[in-house]
Amino acid sequence: MLAHDILIVGGGLAGLAASLQADPTLSVALISRVHPLRSHSVAAQGGINAALGNHPEGRDDSWEKHAYDTIKGSDFLADQDAAELLCREAIPMIYELEKLGVPFSRFPGGVIAQRPFGGAGFPRTCYAADRTGLVIMHTLFEQAWRRRVKIYAEWLVVKLLVEHGICQGVVVYDLTSGKIFPVRARAVIFATGGYGRVYLKTTNAYINHGSGIGIAYKAGVPVKDMEFVQFHPTSLYNKNILITEGARGEGGYLLNRHGRRFMADYAPQAMELAPRDIVARAIQTEIDRGNGFEGEYVLLDLRHLGAEKIKKRLPSVRDICLRFAGLDPIEKPIPIQPAQHYSMGGIDVDLNGATSLPGFYAAGECACVSVHGANRLGGNSLLETIVFGKIAGREASRYVKGSEIREASSHFLESEASKVEEKVKEWLRRQNGEKVHRLLNRLKVVMSEKVGIFRQEKDLALALEEIRHIREDYEKKGYLAGQCRRFSQEMVNMLEFEYMLDLCEVITLGALARRETRGSHYRLDYPERNDNEWLKHTLVTYRDGRPVLSYKPVTITRYPPVTRLY
Amino acid sequence: MARRYLFRIFRFDPEKDEQPFFQDYYYEEEKPKVILEALMDIRNEQDATLAFRYSCREAVCGSCGMVINGRFELACRTRLNSLGTETIILEPLPNLPVLKDLVVDLEPFFEALEAIKPYVMFEEEVEGGRVQGGQEESLWLSSPGFRIEEKEMEAIEPLTNCILCGCCFSACPVVARDERYLGPIALAKLYRYIRDPRDRRSFKDWQHVGNSSGLWGCDTVFRCNEVCPRQVNPAHALLALRRRYVWEKIKQILRKSK
Repeated sequence: MLAHDILIVGGGLAGLAASLQADPTLSVALISRVHPLRSHSVAAQGGINAALGNHPEGRDDSWEKHAYDTIKGSDFLADQDAAELLCREAIPMIYELEKLGVPFSRFPGGVIAQRPFGGAGFPRTCYAADRTGLVIMHTLFEQAWRRRVKIYAEWLVVKLLVEHGICQGVVVYDLTSGKIFPVRARAVIFATGGYGRVYLKTTNAYINHGSGIGIAYKAGVPVKDMEFVQFHPTSLYNKNILITEGARGEGGYLLNRHGRRFMADYAPQAMELAPRDIVARAIQTEIDRGNGFEGEYVLLDLRHLGAEKIKKRLPSVRDICLRFAGLDPIEKPIPIQPAQHYSMGGIDVDLNGATSLPGFYAAGECACVSVHGANRLGGNSLLETIVFGKIAGREASRYVKGSEIREASSHFLESEASKVEEKVKEWLRRQNGEKVHRLLNRLKVVMSEKVGIFRQEKDLALALEEIRHIREDYEKKGYLAGQCRRFSQEMVNMLEFEYMLDLCEVITLGALARRETRGSHYRLDYPERNDNEWLKHTLVTYRDGRPVLSYKPVTITRYPPVTRLY
Repeated sequence: MARRYLFRIFRFDPEKDEQPFFQDYYYEEEKPKVILEALMDIRNEQDATLAFRYSCREAVCGSCGMVINGRFELACRTRLNSLGTETIILEPLPNLPVLKDLVVDLEPFFEALEAIKPYVMFEEEVEGGRVQGGQEESLWLSSPGFRIEEKEMEAIEPLTNCILCGCCFSACPVVARDERYLGPIALAKLYRYIRDPRDRRSFKDWQHVGNSSGLWGCDTVFRCNEVCPRQVNPAHALLALRRRYVWEKIKQILRKSK
């Protein structure tokens, strides 16, 4: 049986960072459902935050101010010690990326350029034009080459294995061979990313099904604050490809049908650079009130920035508009609409990336430390992946080296893989039924209509019921029409769908229970933040076959919650 | 109004099929779509055995390079109605082993890249480098970090736009006839590192590419530039690398004659 000391699941930035920080004397391997370079981290555009103070208007910046902006942006749900750690580590982190070869854009004088971003008191977002994620991903992957990290590409993890109360490995579906088998590990790090594809409109890649979060949950690991789903204000109308916040950071305007910069009505100080939850709601409100176009979108106008700035600072945005919308943002405003973008919630981890299950760690979007609380600021997610990816790599190594681990029997690991195999055989035996893409589409409709930007009790309750119906159909009628196992995306989707149902159920449960409005979670029936009752994290744990809700306090170090004004 | 297309798709499962064949699918396009969306619809509605790769759907992850009506393209950004025909022929990237249908093995491409040490090399790992990382004074700020003017990065900027989709390698006529040839992007990337002010490699570290399986192998027919979906222009970098190589050789000779 294949065995490693540390298994990292996910080849995006968090997974790569973890693999590079893991102790090289241990046997470390990285499993990814796609080749790591195809991970969604490459799509990050606008930048990565660190209080370097390179911008002429950012001389007074400090990591403490970055931490406060992060906490305020989170609507005070972030754990303040976590936000402080993130922002303090940000500065050496950028210099390290720099040393490794990330081609950051520059200011005259040769220092790393920084641009303003939403919810930030100073311009502190470092960038490489508008392809920051791409260049950091490629730089870290180069490091993986240098370090000869063992990589298993096109393997999908479908189960986490737990015996004697500790994490013992995973079960894998190998797309290249079609086989299902266990991999033994003394520690496992999940860096599996987000779940955007449970919504109809999302900026996320097709592969972002989020099953990692569901797999951890099904293994009994609590998930935290899952009701906080970020909708990005500016996705390209129709295609929902991300148009970076950097476009507004560089000075872009949001305009409604009357040509008005409507953000003046919602965030008179910050205008277009208010935090994402506020801007996304403002846009949706304008559209819903009939101030949009075709009842679907508003405009992002970059024309006043001029051709030179657009070509130099936002070349990918221009390419995307030319290719996918057939318009040039130098000449015409961009039609945009909000779309699901990010998950603030995720697998509950502490400051070391450790979960409550010994030997199991998580980092990046699939994890919830929590640094983003109820709303993430732009430029903080790339930062989180690397800071906490590295921490998880370090801590998992310490765990493996520092403890006597009672290993699971091979029989146990094999039998767990057989259970998955049996399920697949059952799907192959069924000659007809419900195709998985139809089931997935039903789920997307429910989540988009009832668990979207604006929420209320009756919708959320209905959503729970509908998710249950879809689950019944999946269990009774799900089948594999293709009857094949190698490179079968249908099989991938079937295997992941169970976990997508789980995470949708958890998002909805948390949203239904939380009777307040905070950050991205907006309740039409409870439109105010309620610190007395709800300044706490939601935890959902799978116990005895069902989800159990509990709560835990928010860590406050030195910033008492105040009303957010922008 | 729906438009009807005929998709003629390359099929091959080396575990089952003796040889590749083309399979036809009719497809009704209800609203304007790209090739990748049509492929997903065909897979969902008609044939779930059809294999192809995808991820980002916005031309930045490099998964879906293929040959569409004879042209190298990313399926995610090619609109059906841009092809000027109702018959659409899809083939996998050539010169790479087919794993299944439109899915190819990119290992030869990545191996060639690894051969040039595709990363910024530090002082301690280059030929004749000092063991301790002693950087030149001018490069460092008082705080950590490099001082690099934007214009110093201009030469390498297009090369950092590469998504490693493999189209250039697959389209290269030299790769097609000589399996030892490193291919366009490996050599272009080598130039990217040499030109990076942070990279410490010397001529000794890379002069081994000065042969016919390296930078003298290129036919300069610029197929790589033509097929690149990201305007990386690998051949331009390769030619610059040749000039650099010649210059370094001259320097070597002058040093010896002294």
